[in-house]
Amino acid sequence: MSGRSGFVETFFNAEVLARYAPSILDGVRVTIELSLLIVIAGTASGIALAALRAYRIRAASLAIVLFADIWRALPPLVLILIAFFGLPNAGVYLSSFVVLFVVLGLVLAAFTEEIVWAGITAVHAGQWEASRSTGLGFTQTLFHVILPQALRLVIPPLTNRAIAITKMTALGTVIGVPDILNQATTAQSFSGNASPLMLAAIAYVLLFLPLVIFSRWLESRYAWRRT
Amino acid sequence: MNELAEQFFNLEIMRAAWPTLMDGLVVTLLLCLAVIPAGLVGGLCIALACLARSRWSRWPAILLVDLFRAIPPLVLLIFVYAGLPFAGLDIEPFTAVVIAFLLNNSAYYGEVFRAGILSVGTGQDEAARSTGLNAAQTLWHVVLPQAVRNVLPDLLSNTVEVVKLTSLASVVSLAELLYSADMARSITYNASPIVLAALIYLALLWPLVRLVSRFERRLVR
Repeated sequence: MSGRSGFVETFFNAEVLARYAPSILDGVRVTIELSLLIVIAGTASGIALAALRAYRIRAASLAIVLFADIWRALPPLVLILIAFFGLPNAGVYLSSFVVLFVVLGLVLAAFTEEIVWAGITAVHAGQWEASRSTGLGFTQTLFHVILPQALRLVIPPLTNRAIAITKMTALGTVIGVPDILNQATTAQSFSGNASPLMLAAIAYVLLFLPLVIFSRWLESRYAWRRT
Repeated sequence: MNELAEQFFNLEIMRAAWPTLMDGLVVTLLLCLAVIPAGLVGGLCIALACLARSRWSRWPAILLVDLFRAIPPLVLLIFVYAGLPFAGLDIEPFTAVVIAFLLNNSAYYGEVFRAGILSVGTGQDEAARSTGLNAAQTLWHVVLPQAVRNVLPDLLSNTVEVVKLTSLASVVSLAELLYSADMARSITYNASPIVLAALIYLALLWPLVRLVSRFERRLVR
Protein backbone atom coordinates (compact mmCIF):
# COMPACT_ATOMS: atom_id res chain seq x y z
CA MET A 1 0.00 0.00 0.00
CA SER A 2 1.49 3.30 -1.02
CA GLY A 3 0.92 6.03 1.46
CA ARG A 4 -1.90 8.48 1.22
CA SER A 5 -3.52 7.41 -2.02
CA GLY A 6 -3.65 3.85 -0.70
CA PHE A 7 -5.54 5.07 2.33
CA VAL A 8 -8.03 6.99 0.19
CA GLU A 9 -8.46 3.99 -2.12
CA THR A 10 -9.19 1.76 0.84
CA PHE A 11 -11.47 3.92 2.96
CA PHE A 12 -12.90 6.49 0.53
CA ASN A 13 -13.00 4.62 -2.76
CA ALA A 14 -15.36 6.72 -4.91
CA GLU A 15 -16.38 3.84 -7.12
CA VAL A 16 -17.18 1.51 -4.23
CA LEU A 17 -18.95 4.31 -2.38
CA ALA A 18 -21.16 5.06 -5.39
CA ARG A 19 -21.98 1.40 -5.93
CA TYR A 20 -23.00 0.66 -2.36
CA ALA A 21 -24.47 3.99 -1.25
CA PRO A 22 -28.05 2.94 -2.24
CA SER A 23 -28.00 -0.24 -0.16
CA ILE A 24 -26.58 1.62 2.81
CA LEU A 25 -29.34 4.18 2.37
CA ASP A 26 -31.82 1.30 2.58
CA GLY A 27 -30.08 0.36 5.80
CA VAL A 28 -30.50 3.91 7.08
CA ARG A 29 -34.26 3.61 6.51
CA VAL A 30 -34.42 0.32 8.43
CA THR A 31 -32.35 1.76 11.29
CA ILE A 32 -34.58 4.85 11.55
CA GLU A 33 -37.80 2.81 11.44
CA LEU A 34 -36.58 0.43 14.12
CA SER A 35 -35.26 3.25 16.30
CA LEU A 36 -38.56 5.14 16.22
CA LEU A 37 -40.59 2.02 16.99
CA ILE A 38 -38.28 1.07 19.86
CA VAL A 39 -38.26 4.55 21.40
CA ILE A 40 -42.04 4.94 21.21
CA ALA A 41 -42.91 1.46 22.49
CA GLY A 42 -40.09 1.33 25.04
CA THR A 43 -40.63 4.69 26.73
CA ALA A 44 -44.43 4.36 26.69
CA SER A 45 -44.42 0.94 28.35
CA GLY A 46 -41.64 1.98 30.75
CA ILE A 47 -43.66 5.00 31.92
CA ALA A 48 -46.76 2.82 32.24
CA LEU A 49 -44.84 0.35 34.41
CA ALA A 50 -43.49 3.12 36.64
CA ALA A 51 -47.02 4.50 37.05
CA LEU A 52 -48.32 1.06 37.92
CA ARG A 53 -45.58 0.70 40.51
CA ALA A 54 -46.79 3.90 42.16
CA TYR A 55 -49.97 2.07 43.24
CA ARG A 56 -47.75 -0.07 45.46
CA ILE A 57 -49.59 -3.30 44.79
CA ARG A 58 -47.17 -5.80 46.25
CA ALA A 59 -47.23 -8.52 43.60
CA ALA A 60 -47.22 -6.04 40.71
CA SER A 61 -44.33 -4.03 42.13
CA LEU A 62 -42.29 -7.14 42.76
CA ALA A 63 -42.87 -8.34 39.20
CA ILE A 64 -41.93 -4.92 37.80
CA VAL A 65 -38.72 -4.69 39.84
CA LEU A 66 -37.76 -8.21 38.84
CA PHE A 67 -38.38 -7.44 35.17
CA ALA A 68 -36.47 -4.16 35.29
CA ASP A 69 -33.51 -5.72 37.12
CA ILE A 70 -33.14 -8.70 34.83
CA TRP A 71 -33.50 -6.72 31.63
CA ARG A 72 -31.01 -4.14 32.83
CA ALA A 73 -28.47 -6.72 33.96
CA LEU A 74 -28.40 -8.90 30.84
CA PRO A 75 -26.42 -7.90 27.75
CA PRO A 76 -28.92 -7.17 24.93
CA LEU A 77 -26.99 -9.40 22.53
CA VAL A 78 -27.56 -12.37 24.85
CA LEU A 79 -31.29 -11.68 24.91
CA ILE A 80 -31.37 -11.26 21.13
CA LEU A 81 -29.65 -14.60 20.55
CA ILE A 82 -31.92 -16.43 23.01
CA ALA A 83 -35.02 -14.99 21.36
CA PHE A 84 -33.84 -15.47 17.80
CA PHE A 85 -32.45 -19.00 18.07
CA GLY A 86 -34.51 -20.31 20.97
CA LEU A 87 -38.05 -19.30 20.13
CA PRO A 88 -38.35 -21.08 16.74
CA ASN A 89 -37.56 -24.41 18.39
CA ALA A 90 -40.35 -23.67 20.85
CA GLY A 91 -42.73 -23.12 17.93
CA VAL A 92 -42.66 -19.30 17.93
CA TYR A 93 -41.50 -17.85 14.63
CA LEU A 94 -40.58 -14.17 14.59
CA SER A 95 -38.66 -12.27 11.93
CA SER A 96 -35.28 -10.87 12.93
CA PHE A 97 -36.76 -7.35 12.68
CA VAL A 98 -39.51 -8.22 15.19
CA VAL A 99 -37.06 -9.97 17.53
CA LEU A 100 -34.81 -6.91 17.59
CA PHE A 101 -37.77 -4.59 18.11
CA VAL A 102 -39.23 -6.64 20.96
CA VAL A 103 -35.92 -7.20 22.77
CA LEU A 104 -34.64 -3.62 22.54
CA GLY A 105 -38.13 -2.26 23.27
CA LEU A 106 -38.22 -4.30 26.48
CA VAL A 107 -34.67 -3.26 27.43
CA LEU A 108 -35.61 0.39 26.98
CA ALA A 109 -38.84 -0.21 28.94
CA ALA A 110 -36.83 -1.64 31.84
CA PHE A 111 -34.46 1.34 31.96
CA THR A 112 -37.30 3.83 31.48
CA GLU A 113 -39.22 2.26 34.35
CA GLU A 114 -36.27 2.64 36.73
CA ILE A 115 -35.53 6.22 35.65
CA VAL A 116 -39.16 7.38 35.80
CA TRP A 117 -39.67 5.63 39.13
CA ALA A 118 -36.67 7.49 40.53
CA GLY A 119 -38.35 10.67 39.25
CA ILE A 120 -41.67 9.80 40.89
CA THR A 121 -40.03 9.19 44.25
CA ALA A 122 -38.13 12.46 43.88
CA VAL A 123 -41.30 14.56 43.65
CA HIS A 124 -41.87 16.09 47.05
CA ALA A 125 -44.41 14.30 49.25
CA GLY A 126 -46.13 17.63 49.82
CA GLN A 127 -47.27 17.53 46.21
CA TRP A 128 -49.19 14.31 46.88
CA GLU A 129 -50.73 15.65 50.06
CA ALA A 130 -51.68 18.99 48.56
CA SER A 131 -53.36 17.58 45.49
CA ARG A 132 -55.14 14.83 47.43
CA SER A 133 -56.50 17.45 49.82
CA THR A 134 -57.91 19.47 46.92
CA GLY A 135 -60.13 16.48 46.25
CA LEU A 136 -58.20 14.78 43.42
CA GLY A 137 -58.19 10.97 43.59
CA PHE A 138 -55.00 8.91 43.67
CA THR A 139 -55.03 8.23 39.93
CA GLN A 140 -55.79 11.86 39.11
CA THR A 141 -52.98 13.03 41.39
CA LEU A 142 -50.56 10.58 39.83
CA PHE A 143 -51.31 11.51 36.24
CA HIS A 144 -52.04 15.24 36.54
CA VAL A 145 -49.63 16.30 39.29
CA ILE A 146 -46.87 13.81 39.99
CA LEU A 147 -46.03 12.26 36.61
CA PRO A 148 -45.66 15.57 34.75
CA GLN A 149 -43.16 16.78 37.35
CA ALA A 150 -41.38 13.42 37.51
CA LEU A 151 -41.00 13.25 33.73
CA ARG A 152 -39.60 16.77 33.62
CA LEU A 153 -36.98 15.77 36.17
CA VAL A 154 -35.84 12.73 34.25
CA ILE A 155 -35.82 14.04 30.68
CA PRO A 156 -31.99 14.22 30.41
CA PRO A 157 -31.18 10.69 31.67
CA LEU A 158 -34.11 9.31 29.70
CA THR A 159 -32.88 10.93 26.49
CA ASN A 160 -29.37 9.57 27.03
CA ARG A 161 -30.68 6.09 27.63
CA ALA A 162 -32.99 6.20 24.62
CA ILE A 163 -30.07 7.22 22.39
CA ALA A 164 -27.85 4.48 23.80
CA ILE A 165 -30.49 1.85 23.13
CA THR A 166 -31.42 3.00 19.62
CA LYS A 167 -27.70 2.76 18.80
CA MET A 168 -27.98 -0.90 19.73
CA THR A 169 -30.09 -1.50 16.62
CA ALA A 170 -26.66 -2.22 15.10
CA LEU A 171 -26.77 -5.51 17.02
CA GLY A 172 -29.47 -6.59 14.57
CA THR A 173 -26.64 -7.28 12.12
CA VAL A 174 -25.84 -10.44 14.05
CA ILE A 175 -29.26 -11.95 13.32
CA GLY A 176 -29.53 -10.51 9.81
CA VAL A 177 -31.63 -7.37 10.17
CA PRO A 178 -30.74 -5.34 7.04
CA ASP A 179 -29.72 -2.23 8.98
CA ILE A 180 -26.86 0.15 8.19
CA LEU A 181 -24.13 -2.03 9.67
CA ASN A 182 -25.43 -5.19 8.03
CA GLN A 183 -25.55 -3.55 4.59
CA ALA A 184 -22.05 -2.20 5.13
CA THR A 185 -20.46 -5.48 6.20
CA THR A 186 -22.12 -7.25 3.26
CA ALA A 187 -20.86 -4.58 0.88
CA GLN A 188 -17.42 -4.73 2.45
CA SER A 189 -17.10 -8.46 1.92
CA PHE A 190 -18.38 -8.23 -1.67
CA SER A 191 -16.15 -5.34 -2.65
CA GLY A 192 -13.10 -6.33 -0.61
CA ASN A 193 -12.81 -2.69 0.35
CA ALA A 194 -13.32 -0.86 3.62
CA SER A 195 -15.16 2.14 2.14
CA PRO A 196 -18.65 0.77 2.94
CA LEU A 197 -17.65 0.53 6.62
CA MET A 198 -16.49 4.13 6.51
CA LEU A 199 -19.77 5.12 4.89
CA ALA A 200 -21.69 3.29 7.61
CA ALA A 201 -19.72 5.06 10.34
CA ILE A 202 -20.46 8.38 8.65
CA ALA A 203 -24.15 7.50 8.37
CA TYR A 204 -24.31 6.72 12.10
CA VAL A 205 -22.54 9.95 12.96
CA LEU A 206 -24.97 11.95 10.80
CA LEU A 207 -27.93 10.19 12.43
CA PHE A 208 -26.82 10.23 16.05
CA LEU A 209 -24.49 13.22 16.45
CA PRO A 210 -27.40 15.70 16.36
CA LEU A 211 -29.14 13.61 19.03
CA VAL A 212 -26.01 13.50 21.19
CA ILE A 213 -25.60 17.27 20.89
CA PHE A 214 -29.30 17.71 21.66
CA SER A 215 -28.95 15.61 24.81
CA ARG A 216 -25.95 17.70 25.85
CA TRP A 217 -28.09 20.82 25.46
CA LEU A 218 -30.93 19.22 27.44
CA GLU A 219 -28.52 18.37 30.23
CA SER A 220 -27.24 21.91 30.54
CA ARG A 221 -30.77 23.27 30.38
CA TYR A 222 -32.19 20.99 33.03
CA ALA A 223 -29.07 20.97 35.19
CA TRP A 224 -29.65 21.52 38.87
CA ARG A 225 -28.79 25.04 39.80
CA ARG A 226 -25.50 24.92 41.65
CA THR A 227 -24.83 27.30 44.45
CA MET B 1 -44.48 -26.40 28.49
CA ASN B 2 -42.19 -29.40 28.59
CA GLU B 3 -40.96 -28.51 25.14
CA LEU B 4 -40.13 -25.02 26.36
CA ALA B 5 -38.12 -26.39 29.28
CA GLU B 6 -36.39 -28.78 26.91
CA GLN B 7 -35.41 -25.91 24.65
CA PHE B 8 -34.34 -23.31 27.21
CA PHE B 9 -33.50 -25.17 30.42
CA ASN B 10 -32.08 -28.48 29.29
CA LEU B 11 -29.94 -29.40 32.29
CA GLU B 12 -28.05 -32.13 30.49
CA ILE B 13 -26.93 -29.76 27.73
CA MET B 14 -26.13 -27.09 30.30
CA ARG B 15 -23.92 -29.51 32.19
CA ALA B 16 -22.11 -30.49 28.99
CA ALA B 17 -21.59 -26.85 28.03
CA TRP B 18 -20.42 -25.79 31.51
CA PRO B 19 -16.62 -26.27 31.02
CA THR B 20 -16.67 -24.33 27.71
CA LEU B 21 -18.65 -21.55 29.31
CA MET B 22 -16.22 -21.35 32.20
CA ASP B 23 -13.35 -20.89 29.73
CA GLY B 24 -15.42 -18.14 28.11
CA LEU B 25 -16.08 -16.53 31.48
CA VAL B 26 -12.33 -16.30 32.11
CA VAL B 27 -11.89 -14.44 28.81
CA THR B 28 -14.81 -12.14 29.65
CA LEU B 29 -13.26 -11.33 33.02
CA LEU B 30 -9.84 -10.73 31.45
CA LEU B 31 -11.51 -8.45 28.94
CA CYS B 32 -13.16 -6.51 31.78
CA LEU B 33 -9.81 -6.24 33.55
CA ALA B 34 -8.27 -4.73 30.43
CA VAL B 35 -11.16 -2.57 29.32
CA ILE B 36 -12.49 -1.04 32.55
CA PRO B 37 -9.19 0.46 33.84
CA ALA B 38 -8.32 1.61 30.32
CA GLY B 39 -11.69 3.32 29.99
CA LEU B 40 -11.39 4.95 33.40
CA VAL B 41 -7.93 6.36 32.66
CA GLY B 42 -8.93 7.42 29.15
CA GLY B 43 -12.11 8.97 30.49
CA LEU B 44 -10.25 10.95 33.13
CA CYS B 45 -7.84 12.31 30.51
CA ILE B 46 -10.75 13.22 28.23
CA ALA B 47 -12.59 14.92 31.09
CA LEU B 48 -9.55 17.00 32.00
CA ALA B 49 -9.13 17.95 28.33
CA CYS B 50 -12.81 18.92 28.14
CA LEU B 51 -12.42 21.17 31.19
CA ALA B 52 -9.09 22.71 30.22
CA ARG B 53 -8.86 26.45 29.89
CA SER B 54 -7.41 26.38 26.38
CA ARG B 55 -10.01 26.07 23.68
CA TRP B 56 -7.50 24.12 21.58
CA SER B 57 -7.78 21.33 24.10
CA ARG B 58 -11.46 21.78 24.93
CA TRP B 59 -13.10 21.70 21.52
CA PRO B 60 -11.29 18.68 20.04
CA ALA B 61 -11.96 16.74 23.25
CA ILE B 62 -15.68 17.54 23.20
CA LEU B 63 -15.86 16.68 19.51
CA LEU B 64 -14.15 13.35 20.18
CA VAL B 65 -16.54 12.53 23.01
CA ASP B 66 -19.63 13.32 20.95
CA LEU B 67 -18.28 11.45 17.94
CA PHE B 68 -17.68 8.26 19.89
CA ARG B 69 -20.99 8.57 21.68
CA ALA B 70 -22.69 8.81 18.29
CA ILE B 71 -21.13 5.69 16.77
CA PRO B 72 -22.61 2.39 18.03
CA PRO B 73 -19.92 0.32 19.80
CA LEU B 74 -20.47 -2.62 17.46
CA VAL B 75 -19.88 -0.40 14.42
CA LEU B 76 -16.68 0.85 16.00
CA LEU B 77 -15.59 -2.67 16.81
CA ILE B 78 -16.22 -3.99 13.31
CA PHE B 79 -14.56 -0.92 11.85
CA VAL B 80 -11.45 -1.58 13.91
CA TYR B 81 -11.48 -5.33 13.42
CA ALA B 82 -12.40 -5.51 9.72
CA GLY B 83 -11.23 -2.09 8.58
CA LEU B 84 -7.73 -1.79 9.98
CA PRO B 85 -6.39 -4.89 8.21
CA PHE B 86 -7.18 -3.04 4.96
CA ALA B 87 -4.78 -0.35 6.13
CA GLY B 88 -2.13 -3.03 6.57
CA LEU B 89 -2.60 -3.45 10.32
CA ASP B 90 -3.46 -7.00 11.25
CA ILE B 91 -4.73 -7.22 14.77
CA GLU B 92 -5.96 -9.90 17.13
CA PRO B 93 -9.65 -9.89 18.08
CA PHE B 94 -8.70 -9.16 21.70
CA THR B 95 -6.68 -6.10 20.68
CA ALA B 96 -9.47 -4.91 18.38
CA VAL B 97 -11.98 -5.13 21.22
CA VAL B 98 -9.68 -3.27 23.60
CA ILE B 99 -9.05 -0.48 21.06
CA ALA B 100 -12.71 -0.08 20.12
CA PHE B 101 -13.87 -0.14 23.73
CA LEU B 102 -11.13 2.25 24.83
CA LEU B 103 -12.51 4.81 22.35
CA ASN B 104 -16.14 4.18 23.26
CA ASN B 105 -15.73 3.87 27.03
CA SER B 106 -13.38 6.83 27.38
CA ALA B 107 -16.10 9.00 25.87
CA TYR B 108 -18.72 7.76 28.33
CA TYR B 109 -16.49 7.70 31.41
CA GLY B 110 -15.20 11.09 30.31
CA GLU B 111 -18.68 12.60 30.48
CA VAL B 112 -19.20 11.11 33.94
CA PHE B 113 -15.89 12.43 35.26
CA ARG B 114 -16.56 15.83 33.74
CA ALA B 115 -19.91 16.08 35.50
CA GLY B 116 -18.23 14.96 38.70
CA ILE B 117 -15.43 17.51 38.56
CA LEU B 118 -17.95 20.25 37.73
CA SER B 119 -20.01 19.25 40.76
CA VAL B 120 -17.14 20.14 43.09
CA GLY B 121 -17.40 23.83 43.99
CA THR B 122 -14.65 26.17 42.79
CA GLY B 123 -14.12 27.17 46.42
CA GLN B 124 -12.54 23.76 47.03
CA ASP B 125 -10.07 24.39 44.26
CA GLU B 126 -9.23 27.89 45.47
CA ALA B 127 -8.88 26.83 49.09
CA ALA B 128 -6.59 23.94 48.19
CA ARG B 129 -4.41 26.09 45.97
CA SER B 130 -4.12 28.78 48.63
CA THR B 131 -2.78 26.23 51.12
CA GLY B 132 0.14 25.76 48.75
CA LEU B 133 -0.89 22.62 46.87
CA ASN B 134 -0.09 22.77 43.17
CA ALA B 135 -2.66 22.14 40.45
CA ALA B 136 -1.92 18.42 40.14
CA GLN B 137 -1.97 17.87 43.90
CA THR B 138 -5.23 19.80 44.17
CA LEU B 139 -6.80 17.67 41.48
CA TRP B 140 -5.60 14.38 42.92
CA HIS B 141 -6.07 14.98 46.64
CA VAL B 142 -8.97 17.42 46.81
CA VAL B 143 -11.12 17.63 43.68
CA LEU B 144 -11.09 14.06 42.36
CA PRO B 145 -12.04 12.28 45.61
CA GLN B 146 -15.09 14.52 45.95
CA ALA B 147 -15.89 14.31 42.24
CA VAL B 148 -15.78 10.51 42.25
CA ARG B 149 -17.99 10.35 45.33
CA ASN B 150 -20.55 12.61 43.68
CA VAL B 151 -20.80 10.55 40.50
CA LEU B 152 -20.29 7.10 41.98
CA PRO B 153 -23.72 5.85 40.82
CA ASP B 154 -23.00 6.94 37.24
CA LEU B 155 -19.54 5.39 37.32
CA LEU B 156 -21.05 2.16 38.57
CA SER B 157 -23.88 2.07 36.05
CA ASN B 158 -21.44 2.84 33.26
CA THR B 159 -19.24 -0.01 34.41
CA VAL B 160 -22.24 -2.35 34.29
CA GLU B 161 -22.74 -1.22 30.69
CA VAL B 162 -19.10 -1.91 29.90
CA VAL B 163 -19.30 -5.45 31.26
CA LYS B 164 -22.44 -6.01 29.19
CA LEU B 165 -20.68 -4.58 26.15
CA THR B 166 -17.93 -7.20 26.35
CA SER B 167 -20.51 -9.62 24.90
CA LEU B 168 -20.08 -7.80 21.56
CA ALA B 169 -16.62 -9.36 21.34
CA SER B 170 -18.41 -12.56 20.32
CA VAL B 171 -19.16 -10.92 16.96
CA VAL B 172 -15.44 -10.75 16.12
CA SER B 173 -15.09 -14.38 17.29
CA LEU B 174 -13.26 -13.72 20.52
CA ALA B 175 -14.06 -16.78 22.63
CA GLU B 176 -15.61 -14.96 25.58
CA LEU B 177 -18.69 -16.07 27.50
CA LEU B 178 -21.34 -15.36 24.88
CA TYR B 179 -19.23 -16.72 22.03
CA SER B 180 -18.65 -19.99 23.87
CA ALA B 181 -22.35 -20.24 24.66
CA ASP B 182 -23.29 -19.58 21.06
CA MET B 183 -20.84 -22.23 19.87
CA ALA B 184 -22.45 -24.71 22.22
CA ARG B 185 -25.86 -23.62 20.95
CA SER B 186 -24.96 -24.18 17.33
CA ILE B 187 -23.61 -27.64 18.09
CA THR B 188 -26.59 -28.75 20.17
CA TYR B 189 -29.35 -26.86 18.31
CA ASN B 190 -30.60 -25.83 21.72
CA ALA B 191 -30.76 -22.43 23.40
CA SER B 192 -29.94 -23.73 26.90
CA PRO B 193 -26.21 -22.83 26.74
CA ILE B 194 -27.10 -19.19 26.05
CA VAL B 195 -29.64 -19.26 28.86
CA LEU B 196 -26.87 -20.55 31.09
CA ALA B 197 -24.63 -17.71 29.92
CA ALA B 198 -27.47 -15.31 30.70
CA LEU B 199 -27.67 -16.74 34.23
CA ILE B 200 -23.91 -16.22 34.67
CA TYR B 201 -24.19 -12.61 33.48
CA LEU B 202 -27.11 -12.18 35.86
CA ALA B 203 -25.10 -13.54 38.79
CA LEU B 204 -22.30 -11.11 37.94
CA LEU B 205 -24.36 -8.03 37.30
CA TRP B 206 -27.56 -8.24 39.30
CA PRO B 207 -25.93 -7.13 42.57
CA LEU B 208 -24.42 -4.14 40.76
CA VAL B 209 -27.73 -3.24 39.13
CA ARG B 210 -29.44 -3.32 42.55
CA LEU B 211 -26.70 -1.12 43.95
CA VAL B 212 -27.15 1.38 41.12
CA SER B 213 -30.89 1.59 41.82
CA ARG B 214 -30.26 2.11 45.53
CA PHE B 215 -27.78 4.89 44.82
CA GLU B 216 -29.98 6.60 42.27
CA ARG B 217 -32.93 6.80 44.60
CA ARG B 218 -30.85 8.26 47.41
CA LEU B 219 -29.25 10.84 45.17
CA VAL B 220 -32.34 12.10 43.41
CA ARG B 221 -33.91 13.19 46.70
